[in-house]
Amino acid sequence: MLTRRIIPCLDVKDGRVVKGVHFLNLRDAGDPVELGSRYSEDGADELVFLDITATIRSRKTIVDLVRKVAENVFIPFTVGGGISTVEQMDELLRSGAEKCSVNTAAVKKPDILTQAAQRFGNQCVVLAIDARRSKTKAGHWQVTVKAGTEATDIDAVEWAVEGAKRGAGEILLTSMDADGTQKGYDIELTRAVADAVNIPVIASGGAGTLEHLYDAVVKGHAEAVLMASITHFESYTITQMKEYLRDRGIAVNL
Amino acid sequence: MLVVIDYNVGNVKSVCNAFDHLGCPVELSCDRRKIEAASALVLPGVAAFGFAVNALGSLGSVIKDLALAGKPLLGICVGFQMLFDKSSEFGTHNGLGLVSGDVVPIPPGRVIPHMGWNKVVLPNDMVLFAGLGGEKHFYFAHSFCANVTDKTAKVAYTDYGFKLPASIQKGNVYGTQFHPEKSGQQGLQVLSNFARIANGRGN
Repeated sequence: MLTRRIIPCLDVKDGRVVKGVHFLNLRDAGDPVELGSRYSEDGADELVFLDITATIRSRKTIVDLVRKVAENVFIPFTVGGGISTVEQMDELLRSGAEKCSVNTAAVKKPDILTQAAQRFGNQCVVLAIDARRSKTKAGHWQVTVKAGTEATDIDAVEWAVEGAKRGAGEILLTSMDADGTQKGYDIELTRAVADAVNIPVIASGGAGTLEHLYDAVVKGHAEAVLMASITHFESYTITQMKEYLRDRGIAVNL
Repeated sequence: MLVVIDYNVGNVKSVCNAFDHLGCPVELSCDRRKIEAASALVLPGVAAFGFAVNALGSLGSVIKDLALAGKPLLGICVGFQMLFDKSSEFGTHNGLGLVSGDVVPIPPGRVIPHMGWNKVVLPNDMVLFAGLGGEKHFYFAHSFCANVTDKTAKVAYTDYGFKLPASIQKGNVYGTQFHPEKSGQQGLQVLSNFARIANGRGN
């Protein structure tokens, strides 16, 4: 039986992991290789590295980072942030990334999903959707781009369906309302998207407790859960998360 | 020397990294002479089937002939799928035909791609799984799967609501639908077992 995945997310700036990683006993809390290895040893199923600067200059840095991580960490990892061409994806995959996530570029040029899927297979193509609850239409969410700074009038659920049709093999779904709150995933959003598509949906944004993870899977129908703060601050180890889910009847790789 | 076939697709680097990590000398190459001189071949693949077959080009028949002559060959993911007769991903494409069977879409009624860690039941007569016990989780990421019709091939399965072929062994031809290079310690063990097969041949 396919297990549900626990995916720590690492934000990267200038080749270094940033955003409050407070591990004890780390020589260098900003080193992506050391953090990646640490999570892998603790049982992470995958990793996500997000280039939060995403400038032309940072592209080179992120390729170097992918190369170094891939030399030392033998679990899959996704790279995202500012990817706008199939050639960039090719370089990242060839450097050792398992998947690439696209967000703004896919909204602007949805063809990138199809081109990437035909070349790499859709399992390499992750559509990242940053969604915000609509203030005007209840039960709807708007797609935002450019790291949540720019709202569009695209409906998140419809965009997920279209993205899957065009070649995305997975959806990384972040609730901009819940992100950083540690008050739980947006379960309604997660379920609306997961039920509308036939590809895996990774719930993201808001994880704070073990129960939140359970809810994302059982109530939100997510295939995987992504988190940052609760792992970085060592509130729970990955093993504790998996044991909790297993004890509540969810298949995990433990 | 073990040679990983470099044919300009997706993530071939990770396979080399894993062998390097194991202390097993490996070369990434598309040079025909190096491929012919190799102790064993690894055919990786993160790509769509048709793209991979086209990218492989005339190397395909070289690899097939060497495998038929007894050189150990390990196909991974799309490299595994290419061991079979043909695939229907984005059109119909012929594979190497080393193992009888077709590559077909994963049957509907479940989440596709089959992505993540799934438990593989490990037959104790499959050399790739030596030392791993009865079952282990491995990392899968694919939308098509092999329909193995070859009666002479040993097959290991995983359960995805149906029996999904996770690995095959037919004489000196080996394959894994999952990614051993991305499957943590147990994946490294699979590659280590293949390296041992390669060393057994000398060269």
